[in-house]
Amino acid sequence: MSEHAEHAHKPLPQIATTGHEWDGIHELNTPLPRWWLWLFYATIIWAVGYWIVYPSWPLLTSYSKGVFGWHARSAVVSDLAALRAQRGPMVAQLEATPLGDIEATPQLLDFARALGRAAFADNCAPCHGAGGGGARGYPNLTDDDWLWGGTLADIEQTIRHGARSTDDKGHQGSMPAFGRDGMLKRDDIVAAAEYVRSLSGLSTTPGADLGRGAKIFADNCAVCHGPEGKGNRALGAPNLTDKIWLYGPDTKTIIDGIWNGHGGVMPAWGAKLDDVTIKALTVYVHTFGGGEK
Amino acid sequence: MCPGCDTALSMTAATPSQQGFSPLTKLVEEAKRTVDNAPPPHPDEPDDDDGPLYAARRKIYPQHVTGTYRRIKWAVLLVTLGIYYLLPFVRWDRGPNAPDQAVLIDFPARRFYFFFIEIWPQEVYYLTGLLILAAMALFLMNAVAGRVWCGYLCPQTVWTDLFLAIERLTEGDRREHLLRDRQPWSLDRLARAGLKHFLWLMVAWWTGGAWVLYFADAPTLVKELATLQAPLAAYVFIAMLTFTTYALAGWMREQVCVYMCPWPRIQAALTDEYALNVTYRYDRGEPRASLKKAAALHEHGQPAGDCIDCLQCVYVCPTGVDIRGGPNLGCIQCGLCIDACDAVMAKIGRPARLIAYDTDVNIKRRLQGQQPFYRIVRSRTVLYAVVIALVGVVMMYALTTRRHEAVNVLHDRNPVFVRLSDGAVRNAYTVRILNKALETQSFILKISGLAEAEVTVIGGEARRGGDPVIEVGPDQSREVRVLVTTHQELGADASLPLTFTIVPDGGGASVSAADHFLGP
Repeated sequence: MSEHAEHAHKPLPQIATTGHEWDGIHELNTPLPRWWLWLFYATIIWAVGYWIVYPSWPLLTSYSKGVFGWHARSAVVSDLAALRAQRGPMVAQLEATPLGDIEATPQLLDFARALGRAAFADNCAPCHGAGGGGARGYPNLTDDDWLWGGTLADIEQTIRHGARSTDDKGHQGSMPAFGRDGMLKRDDIVAAAEYVRSLSGLSTTPGADLGRGAKIFADNCAVCHGPEGKGNRALGAPNLTDKIWLYGPDTKTIIDGIWNGHGGVMPAWGAKLDDVTIKALTVYVHTFGGGEK
Repeated sequence: MCPGCDTALSMTAATPSQQGFSPLTKLVEEAKRTVDNAPPPHPDEPDDDDGPLYAARRKIYPQHVTGTYRRIKWAVLLVTLGIYYLLPFVRWDRGPNAPDQAVLIDFPARRFYFFFIEIWPQEVYYLTGLLILAAMALFLMNAVAGRVWCGYLCPQTVWTDLFLAIERLTEGDRREHLLRDRQPWSLDRLARAGLKHFLWLMVAWWTGGAWVLYFADAPTLVKELATLQAPLAAYVFIAMLTFTTYALAGWMREQVCVYMCPWPRIQAALTDEYALNVTYRYDRGEPRASLKKAAALHEHGQPAGDCIDCLQCVYVCPTGVDIRGGPNLGCIQCGLCIDACDAVMAKIGRPARLIAYDTDVNIKRRLQGQQPFYRIVRSRTVLYAVVIALVGVVMMYALTTRRHEAVNVLHDRNPVFVRLSDGAVRNAYTVRILNKALETQSFILKISGLAEAEVTVIGGEARRGGDPVIEVGPDQSREVRVLVTTHQELGADASLPLTFTIVPDGGGASVSAADHFLGP
C-alpha cells in the first residue's frame, strides 16, 4: 500500500504525525476527541455527587454520612428482611408441619435440608465436619450408630438440650475415669480392654485372660454398657459390639478411655437457635443416611 | 488509540515519495507539510511542538444518495429492524406447560426459547457454538468483502442510518442543513430541531421497549406497560436503552466506530490483500482534473484521470471519510460513495465504478497493464467456511438429538464413605434428574457396578421391581439424596466405577451418569 502514495495523492489534511518514521510508516499524532475530555470531567463531577450522596469522608470523630444516610449495615439488615419475607410462606409451612411429616413432602424436605445445610455449616461443622462425618471424639452423624438415639425426636432433643451441657434437660452420664480415680488397677483395665475388643470380634493379645476381663466388665461396665456390651442410649453409653468407635478401636485407646474416662460435650442449641432452624437441622441430620424411624 | 491503527491510518497520510530523499529535501518536505497542514491556532490549545491534545469533533452532514448500495442498505435496515421490533410478537405453540412466544429469554424460569429450540442453563454450551459461528461469519465476511458487518449489519450503523434519515427529513439534506446551521436560531430552526429530537426519542423509546419484550410474554407486557402495571425493571431497562439508542445513534454516530469500537482495530489485523474493499481506483482516477481542466490537459497530450474532484463521495459519507485517501480506519465500507460516484460518472458520461469493491493488488496490476484477478476462494475463506459448516453441523446434530432427560451425579465429599455398625460401607450421592419434557415423568433409578448394593432415596418410598422411582414435574429438575450401601468385601482404597441409570417409567431410552463407589 505504500506505493499507493506514489500517485499524486494529497495526504489527509487533518492528520498530523509525530515525525517518527519507520520504513516509511509514520506515527500519527491523533488527538483525543474532545468529548472524551468532557466524559473525564463528567466522572469528576459524578465523584463529587457520590461524596454528597454516600458516606465518604472521614472526619475527626465521625464521617460524612451522605444525604440519604445510607449505611452498609442497614443495607444488609434490609436485605435479610427481604430474604426472610421471601422465605416466609415456606417457613410457616415448616413450622406448621409435624417433624414426622416433613420428609414425605418433597418440597418441604428440600427446603428443610437447604435451611439445615446452612445452619449445620454455621454451627455444627466445626466439630462434626462439613458433611457430618465427625472426628475422633465427635460422633459421625451419617452412620447408623447413635449414642442418644437416631429418631427425629431423639435428634431434636439432643440438638435442643445438648449432652453434658449446661441445660438441665440435656443428656447426662459420662464414662468414669476408672484408672485415674483409683477404681480399677492397671492389670484389670488391660484385661477389660482386651475383653471389650473381643466383644466386636477384634483380635486380642495372645494369652490375654478374657475370663478375668469378662468379670471386671460385668462388675464395673455392664451397669451402663449392658451385660452384653450393647450400650444404653438413656445414658449415652456406646454399643461396644459394633464396628463404630468414637475414639478408636485399638487397645491403647480403649485402655486410655477406661483409665481417663470420656465426657464429650454437645452444647444445648435451644438457647441459641430458633425453633424452625432446629427443626430444619433435625431433618438435615436425620437425612444424612442414618436416621431411624 | 492503539499503535496498530495509527500506522494503518498513517499509510493514507503518507506524502508523495518520502523514501530515498536527502535529509535536506526531507526537511523542506517536512516544513512544507507542517505549514500546509497546521491546524488553525486555537486560544485554549497551547500550540507547542506536540500539537493539540484534544480535537473538536467535526460535524458531518451526510448527503442523501441513491443507488445500488443505498437500496441494499434500506433493505437490510427494513429487514433487521423489522425482525427486531416484531419478533417478540411471533407466537409458537409448544403445548401446555411452556410459553407460546417464539423467542423468549425467561430469566425467572431460567429457560431460553427460540422457535423449536429450548435451552436450559445446563446447555449454555450451545452459546459457545453460537459465538464461534458469529465470530467465523464475521471473519468470513471480512475476508470476502471487508467490513460488510460495519457497513450494512452493525446495529450502530443501522440505527444511525435511520436517525440520519430522520435528520434529513426534519432539518433538510446536507446543503439545506449546513445553511440553516450557519444562521442564527429561529423559530423554524428550533421547530425542526425539536421535531428531529422528538422523532429520535420515539425511535429510541420503541427500541428500548422492544428489548424488554424479549424477556417476558410480549402482549402481556405491552398491556402492563401501557397500564403502568409492569415491573420496575422493565421501565428501567426501557429508559436505559432509550438513552443509549438516542445517544449512540443520534449524537455519537461515527465517533462510536472511530474511537469506541474494537472491531476496526481487529479487522485491520485480520484482512489480507485479496479481501475486496471499497476502493478508490486511483489507477483510473488520478491525476484528478475538473471537466474543463481535463479537456485542456488532453489537448496538450497530458493525462487526466476520471476523478473530477467533485467531492460527492466525501459528502455522502456517514463517517466523513475521503475514500480517495485509501484504506482508512474511519471507513465503514457502506458503499454509499460508490453510489455517489456512479451517479456523477453517469452524468458526465464516464464508466461507472471509479470507486468500487476492489483490491490494491488489482490497482497495481492494472497500472502495469495486467488483467485484474479476484480470489474469493482462498485458504482463508475456505477455512472459515469449513469451520462454520463444521460448527453448524455439530450444533444441528446436538439440537436435533437433544434428549429430554438427563441425570447428574455428585458424590458426597465429606465423608466420602461411611462405615455402618454392622460393618457395611455406604456412599451418599446427590442425584439431579432433569425432565425437559413438558409433562410429568417418573424415572426408575438403577445403579450398576456393585453386586450387592442397597439403594435408598431419601424421602422417596416408591419402588418398581426393587428400584426406586423418582417423579419429576414438567420442564423441571429434581435433586434427591441417594444412599448406596453394600456388605460386599471391598479391597483397600477401593474405588469402584458406578453407573447411575434413569429409565423413563413410561418407556423410552435410558440415560446414564458415571461416578464411583469409595471404600476404606
